[in-house]
Amino acid sequence: MPGNRWALRYCGNMLSLTIKEVSLALREGKISPLELCRKCLKRIKKTQHLNAYITVTEELALKQAEEAESRLLQGVYQGILDGIPFAVKDNFCTENIRTTCASRMLKDFLPPYNATVVQKLLDQGAVLVGKTNMDEFAMGSGSTDGVFGPVRNPWSYAAPYREQSGGAEDDSEWVITGGSSGGSGAAVTSLTSFLALGSDTGGSTRNPGALCGAVALKPTYGLLSRHGLIPLVNSMDVPGIVTRSTSDAAIVLEVLQGRDLKDSTTVQSPTSHAGFSEDFDVRNLCVGIPKEYHAPGLSQETLAQWSRLADLLEGAGARVREVSLPHTQHSIVCYHVLCCAEVASNMARFDGLEYGHRSTEDSSTDAMYAASRHEGFNAVVRGRILSGNFFLLQQNYERYFLKAQQVRRLIAEDFEHAFSAGVDVLLTPTTLSDAASYSHFIQADNRTRSTQEDVFTQPANLAGLPAVSVPTALSSRGLPIGLQLIGPAFQDGMLLSVAHWIEQRVGFPSISNYEVPNK
Amino acid sequence: PGRDAPAQSRSNRTFSMLEYVLACLCRSRPHELVGVVGLEIHAQIQSNTKLFSGSKVGFSAPPNSLVSFFDASLPGTLPVLNRRCVEAAVMTALALNCTINKKSFFDRKHYFYADLPAGYQITQQRRAVAVDGQLAYSLLGGRKRNQIQSRTVRIKQIQLEQDSGKSLHDDQRSQTLIDLNRAGVGLMELVMEPDMSCGEQAAAAVRELQLVLQALGTCQGNMSEGQLRVDANVSVHRPGEELGVRTEVKNINSARFLSRAIDYEIQRQIEALGRGEAVLNETRTYDSKSGFMPEPNLPPLVVYEDRGSVPAGLLGAEGVVVLEGLREGLPELPSVKRARLVRSYGLLPEHSFTLVNEDGLMEYFEAVVKETRKEPRKLIGWVTNELLGHLKHHNLSVSKCPVSPSALAELLELQEAGHISSTVAKQVASLSPSVCDSVSLSVSVRALQEGNKKVLNRLMGLVQKETKGRADPVLVRSLLEEKTS
Repeated sequence: MPGNRWALRYCGNMLSLTIKEVSLALREGKISPLELCRKCLKRIKKTQHLNAYITVTEELALKQAEEAESRLLQGVYQGILDGIPFAVKDNFCTENIRTTCASRMLKDFLPPYNATVVQKLLDQGAVLVGKTNMDEFAMGSGSTDGVFGPVRNPWSYAAPYREQSGGAEDDSEWVITGGSSGGSGAAVTSLTSFLALGSDTGGSTRNPGALCGAVALKPTYGLLSRHGLIPLVNSMDVPGIVTRSTSDAAIVLEVLQGRDLKDSTTVQSPTSHAGFSEDFDVRNLCVGIPKEYHAPGLSQETLAQWSRLADLLEGAGARVREVSLPHTQHSIVCYHVLCCAEVASNMARFDGLEYGHRSTEDSSTDAMYAASRHEGFNAVVRGRILSGNFFLLQQNYERYFLKAQQVRRLIAEDFEHAFSAGVDVLLTPTTLSDAASYSHFIQADNRTRSTQEDVFTQPANLAGLPAVSVPTALSSRGLPIGLQLIGPAFQDGMLLSVAHWIEQRVGFPSISNYEVPNK
Repeated sequence: PGRDAPAQSRSNRTFSMLEYVLACLCRSRPHELVGVVGLEIHAQIQSNTKLFSGSKVGFSAPPNSLVSFFDASLPGTLPVLNRRCVEAAVMTALALNCTINKKSFFDRKHYFYADLPAGYQITQQRRAVAVDGQLAYSLLGGRKRNQIQSRTVRIKQIQLEQDSGKSLHDDQRSQTLIDLNRAGVGLMELVMEPDMSCGEQAAAAVRELQLVLQALGTCQGNMSEGQLRVDANVSVHRPGEELGVRTEVKNINSARFLSRAIDYEIQRQIEALGRGEAVLNETRTYDSKSGFMPEPNLPPLVVYEDRGSVPAGLLGAEGVVVLEGLREGLPELPSVKRARLVRSYGLLPEHSFTLVNEDGLMEYFEAVVKETRKEPRKLIGWVTNELLGHLKHHNLSVSKCPVSPSALAELLELQEAGHISSTVAKQVASLSPSVCDSVSLSVSVRALQEGNKKVLNRLMGLVQKETKGRADPVLVRSLLEEKTS
């Protein structure tokens, strides 16, 4: 597999490289930052049908690339991310660049500041190519419910999948990216950017990561700053990292982590924990397989990949055993109650007064609020707000909200017990199956789909733990399957090391192997 | 500041019949209906920046000029707790003998209003930073209103919370104008238990609280500027029976109005019940409608007892609040000040009460004491009765008093030495305009008329001092001789 990559490099397909590789190419003068940026922008235009981007920041990107170029020429090098094109989910505030959350409410919103994680990337010299598409306000697991339309999975147009559909020319059976950070997943795997930021509240980065065939990291809660991330659920949100390799994810994590005074929920990572290593010895590893994760609806192929990885690890000397996380069955409902309550609270600020969509209705302030919010939010958002208000009513608070908090604690303790009983990481599926076709996916409503799809991913959010999805194989439909590792808090480095070990041995192909030359 | 304190002078003792009757009811007969008064007080914290953001706290700034992204509720912004505000709340709590909760929490209280940009206020609903305190306060009672009556009121709790912005309704143009300068300013909400029974007590308690807050520097306490806002919960009952239905008296911007409004409400309820009507609570607060939710972006607020209890990794860290240091650093509280005055100057308690109660009066008094050999006990009446009385009559604060401490000292020296009579001295102290022109003039005129040449010289000296040496001495002498002949 590494041989494949180098061959492509000599063929000049810079865009399929990892950050590590392309960064080296920049420093070696094999390509210039401006050329690289132009290639990405060109490819964005070429892959417009994917609808991965809400805003393409062409002018800004070229300007940043120029600056990177002059730095390079002067030998003043910011770091490994200098000159690297990146994309950001459209719920991260970017100064003077439209930030919409794929909602009518914020469709013309220009934030006056950059989110901390965006600023950190810019400070490293990375080049922002655009803001990626998503489900409205990050509510959804398909990236199908934003006001700018659904995102299409790049693998829909790659040979393996197209061959399945009998080589039909029509477009109707394209598959979804998953969500809610679908645009970020598509951006990285359609080769228009080398890394993308997503957000992960119940699996919103890992889900599209798995369905699009990317490495998707959900860091430990509190490791990355949420300042500037327009929140869904403050107590669960984390910025997510989407890359093409585990080493890339480790590089980006290193840049982004750290205490931010502007975010009181951040902490400095304890230095005692091991960092990322490309030479992890799995003989020292104990892998837990949670029995409750044999969920209904789990596809045969995903189950097969799960077994495959477990065997791979065991064969190399790791201890693999079954564990129990007994409260798993309650996690979806628990997540739903807490999510809706926080949504109701977080969305209260959208009244059209200081910013955002304001209705022309002006008979009274209350009427203006109601109209603005009704016009600005889609049905999914409105539904969750109403549910959340219900759960927060004085007479319901104890029975729903408080109860859910208590159940949340039990779920977190399930993980603690497993880890303190000698398990180092947990191995689970990321999604139930490979990507569904859009036409199939939309047959059920958003709430139903989220309930089904989030089952493997949201417990890690409830517990604040790090989790990573690694692509392992293409399904029989020619679409990516990803598997998930969950680790103890602040062991993100170790988690990525294990993910790296797996990545080296599964031979997941790059999409550039199947490039359709002319679209 | 401090113009609202209960008056002591005769001229301001315009107690209406109503107030007198109610004052009597405070020391009531058991089978009569009496008032029950509790207070909810919002004190604006005196700090440079707001409770959760770095924008400056200021007054009379241009609209929307002191508003950070967080204050405007821009999406993606997060609260960052201001350490000074925590210290202010803790110091206030210590001064009021509260129990400090070593761990307290922040919550969101939701309601929609134009001056609340986020749609919720960050407050402390589950557990406040301090509970179970006590405020001792005094009234001057008795028929001559010169007897100290000491009372206490329990402080239920002190919590930190955000202030809202201001809205101005422009009915002509059917619009509402919003100014967010005040949005997010730190407030201490103090709840006083219903241990008071009439407006006078409530006003006295508020006055004492003002003095405490001002001494601590945690709140400037000016009611008319909205730095101290008092809402009263008022009900009536027969002593021994259960409490009646509460109503709220809100939007009070002076202690005097507070007292009257409370007494009016008590009277209204008594009369209503007397007619067989029920007391209705019409101003229901938003509590039952709005949801509360823990504020997920702020960890629990932890306050440490002493340096020894601070975890090793946090010692020296910026955000750490330690009680020991704050306790030691508390300034002299009003009650201590009063006791000290009694001791140092041999005053009666009611005198020191008045001195501390009036802003600047204690400093004035002490300045007079310095400039005269007269005993403080003999000076006090002049200051607390004569001077203060006339200040009240002219609606002047001590800081605007046209008679300087040294002038008064001078005057009293003359009176002591017999050069002027008490009547004349009192006249001077009455501050009537003609006298204000030249303080010592009429005093010395009489003396001069009695042929005292020394006085002429002294008068010359005083005139030169008053005119800062700009007067022509020959002219002055001839004028004086003319005036006094």
